[in-house]
Amino acid sequence: MKNSPLVVKHINMRYQHNPVLTDVSFSIPEAKTIAIVGPNGSGKSTLLKGIMGLEPLMSGAAVFFGDSLDKKRLAVAYVPQREESDWDFPINVMDVVLMGRHGQLKFWQRPTSTDKKIAEQALEQVSMLNFKARQINELSGGQQQRVFLARALAQQASLYLMDEPFAGVDVTTEKAIINLFAELKAKNKTIVCVHHDLNTVGEYFDWVILINARLIAVGSAEEVLTVENLNKTYGGRLSLLNDLTERLYRTNLDKVHDE
Amino acid sequence: MNKLQGFELLEPGYWQLFIEFWSFVDVNATWVLVGTVLLGISASVIGSFAFLRKRSLMGDALAHAALPGVMIAFILFQTNSPLVMFFGAIFSSFMGLFLMSWLPKNTKIKPDAAMAITLSFFFALGMMLLSYIQGLEIAGKSGLDKMLFGQAAAMLPSDLYLLSFVAVTILITVIIFFQKFRLIAFNLVYAQALGFNMVLYETILAILIVTSVVIGLQIVGVVLMAAVLLTPVAAARFWSKNLSTMLFTAGVIGGVSGLISANISYMAPAMPTGPWMVVVLSVLFILSFLFAPERGLFSNLNKQHKLRLKVREENILRTLYVLNERTLQPANQEIQLNYSFSLEDIMKSRSVGLGELQQTLKRLCVKGLIVNMPSQQIDIKLSERGMDQAIDLTIRHRLWENYLTQKVNIDAEDVHGQAEKVEHLLTEEQTQQIEQELINQSTKDPHGKLIPVSRKIKKELSHDS
Amino acid sequence: MIADIWILATASLVAISCSMVGVFLILRRMSLLGDAISHSVLLGIVLAYLITDSRSIIAMFIGATIIGLVTAWLSNSLHKLGKLQTDASIGIVFTWFFAMGVILVTLYAGKVDIDQECVLYGEIAFAPFDTIIFGGNDIGPRAFWVILGVFLLNITIFILAFNRFKLVAFNSGMAISLGVSVTFWHYLLMTMVSLTTVASFDAVGAILVVALLIIPASTAYLLAKSLKSMLIIAAIYAELSVLIGYALAVVLDSNIAASIGVVSGVLLMITVAVLQWQKKRTPVSVF
Repeated sequence: MKNSPLVVKHINMRYQHNPVLTDVSFSIPEAKTIAIVGPNGSGKSTLLKGIMGLEPLMSGAAVFFGDSLDKKRLAVAYVPQREESDWDFPINVMDVVLMGRHGQLKFWQRPTSTDKKIAEQALEQVSMLNFKARQINELSGGQQQRVFLARALAQQASLYLMDEPFAGVDVTTEKAIINLFAELKAKNKTIVCVHHDLNTVGEYFDWVILINARLIAVGSAEEVLTVENLNKTYGGRLSLLNDLTERLYRTNLDKVHDE
Repeated sequence: MNKLQGFELLEPGYWQLFIEFWSFVDVNATWVLVGTVLLGISASVIGSFAFLRKRSLMGDALAHAALPGVMIAFILFQTNSPLVMFFGAIFSSFMGLFLMSWLPKNTKIKPDAAMAITLSFFFALGMMLLSYIQGLEIAGKSGLDKMLFGQAAAMLPSDLYLLSFVAVTILITVIIFFQKFRLIAFNLVYAQALGFNMVLYETILAILIVTSVVIGLQIVGVVLMAAVLLTPVAAARFWSKNLSTMLFTAGVIGGVSGLISANISYMAPAMPTGPWMVVVLSVLFILSFLFAPERGLFSNLNKQHKLRLKVREENILRTLYVLNERTLQPANQEIQLNYSFSLEDIMKSRSVGLGELQQTLKRLCVKGLIVNMPSQQIDIKLSERGMDQAIDLTIRHRLWENYLTQKVNIDAEDVHGQAEKVEHLLTEEQTQQIEQELINQSTKDPHGKLIPVSRKIKKELSHDS
Repeated sequence: MIADIWILATASLVAISCSMVGVFLILRRMSLLGDAISHSVLLGIVLAYLITDSRSIIAMFIGATIIGLVTAWLSNSLHKLGKLQTDASIGIVFTWFFAMGVILVTLYAGKVDIDQECVLYGEIAFAPFDTIIFGGNDIGPRAFWVILGVFLLNITIFILAFNRFKLVAFNSGMAISLGVSVTFWHYLLMTMVSLTTVASFDAVGAILVVALLIIPASTAYLLAKSLKSMLIIAAIYAELSVLIGYALAVVLDSNIAASIGVVSGVLLMITVAVLQWQKKRTPVSVF
């Protein structure tokens, strides 16, 4: 796929001795909404974190618009899971969204008035402009999620990677997020989400990536969401693969072998 | 001034004190020894439970929290009777425990900050009271500042009796409640589901922790008491995962550190006991970390080294198989594996250094897997047993490649690297499992190469028939 | 009178510097690491004095910073390699370092000019008498100039890199995804903790440094609506603790540093009590 926003090559990841992902490779098309789906513990969030460099990769790489992440930071926006943030932090909505502009700034630089306008526009897009002076611990779950999305929008990226944006949000927020996705797609942006709800996947997303400690399938929603594929995804782990990869890590064989 | 002046410990006077100590001539010193050892054992045992409940530094906060209680008891009752101080400390410690739990539940303040707040506030209060006391004209106030770093030599017999009594009580209580504590430590939810009275056991555990902290204060001091609860179990973990063994080891480590620090305290009464106990504990921890069998660092490095050698040997065996396979074979017969190859042949097929290859071949020779050759440069050949193993390894490698392509959806060109590693790990059982799980019982691997049949199985079959 | 002013000035700088650094410690849930470093630096100071055979300030800072960073790094390594819980790793490392520091102090008391008591509660009452001679003039207590230097350094770094610190404290995951080196900013903060701790050591001793690091900042955490105001409120509470604490110490003839620590805790509790009372009076509002 030419100029694919994201190409993942042979990513292996682990947590202590447990294999989390084995040899995952895929590439995604531009201007589509793509869901990463799989059961709990299948490695979906870990995959996203590995791609963004938040967790170490055992091996493999992620290529963004043909280049490494470091060279294409400005084109990629990451939205972490809501529960990973400290919502007691003394900060208001506007300041959170402004953080999205920090990526473009050196450490001594302050946000300019242009940055502030961009932040306000982003808040407007998620219908949160009225809340800009609110403390974040006064917000509901859905509102918090929208603030995070606004922050990502403020980055003005071309590729958006989001970790469970629909988790624990109310119906209004859900609709707002879907509309936002449509707007972004129209502007040729690409959106990749870790998604937990099998029921809504086909409805909300164009493409689906099925993961269960390894890649099961990748392609358009119609192609991928077959009974066979879903059985493979949700039908438990490949025990042999799991056991052997775990032994591989536990005995440090992978390091020993490559010497 | 000479820097080495500090090393007065090595002077002859100290040796004499050492012998005196161990001949138990000095009754008080013997009591100190007994008390310190008991303290070491009880604190490390109860500290193990705190550690397992993920509350390692609770002992630190509780120790600091005890200080004002001691001071207030002294001011109120104008006595340094051990019992009075003991209860003062316990009360104050529990106040600290309460504060530490209350703050995170009712305010934004997080548990780690709550612990630090409790620790420092109570300590400041204790220090303030201490400085106040030191301005007063009361007898017996001089022992109080020894509680900061501990001074075993300054303890009176009554202190030691109380300490020993309490330490033994703690140990007995742990033994009585051992089964329940163990279940709660390892499987909290299950314990709750079984209807355990969690409040009761938490309270008992809290009392035991507070008590062991308080009795340790005179010997180890407020600042370092945390280490006596925490370090022994951390070191014990390297020796065993079994709870009883861990507790026993922790107790031994705690006891030994008590023994040595009591000894030092006798020989150098001007030195505080607490730091020495902690230093001994830390040394024991480092030794455990490095040298424990199974889990220690050196043990792991050794295991890895052995694995490295095994991997190299098996790699060469498989290379010999592959080289045999590539050689022109008589048609329509089983593959012959008795061709000879040179070092160069092997090195062309698998990237390995000359020195390493020669060493590996030597080991293979010793194990009887290649035919005995004096100074092999050429004519390296598999023995019968070597052929068996080479075949088995190849089976595992190629079966795993099939598994990866069929069940894990990995492309044929990518599977070789993984299989290279996994072939060393597959057991007989797992190999059979793979054969069963594969959809089509193919006789070829993803690259079209033939999967041989195990000679061991053939031998078994021919025995049966 | 002059002595009083020097003491108050020194104590104020100590309290404010500690409280500011402490704000970031509690936001990053690293209070215990701050506690640990403030104990470990004792070893750094003693080693620096012994090795350089002097009471040089530079040696002291370098020694403290090295040990402070080693504490942070070693705790982390024990956690990863030894598979030990974070707080257990921290506990083992700092108690060991602190114990070694105390032993060295006791063995070489004469050489290093510190003793056990000083280690714990500082010598701020004596600070005015330990002055520096610079260019032939007596310019005031050494402790004052040392902490002033550290204070200015901290302020400068915080003002310059405010946004970075804010980003890393709030959501380090996002910071990494934006390409910010969280490791660098983490160890920079640890360095600032080491420097602040050691500069404060002279004045208020080990354990009370922890009180000033954590308590005013925690009080501010309850009240602040922005990071900037949290830093300011923490500084105000710290200063209040100094003023009231000093007065209390004079009246009761008790240890100055301890009084300051106690007052900071009391102020926290009063604030908590008021907030609790307010909560009960007003109904919870639904957005």
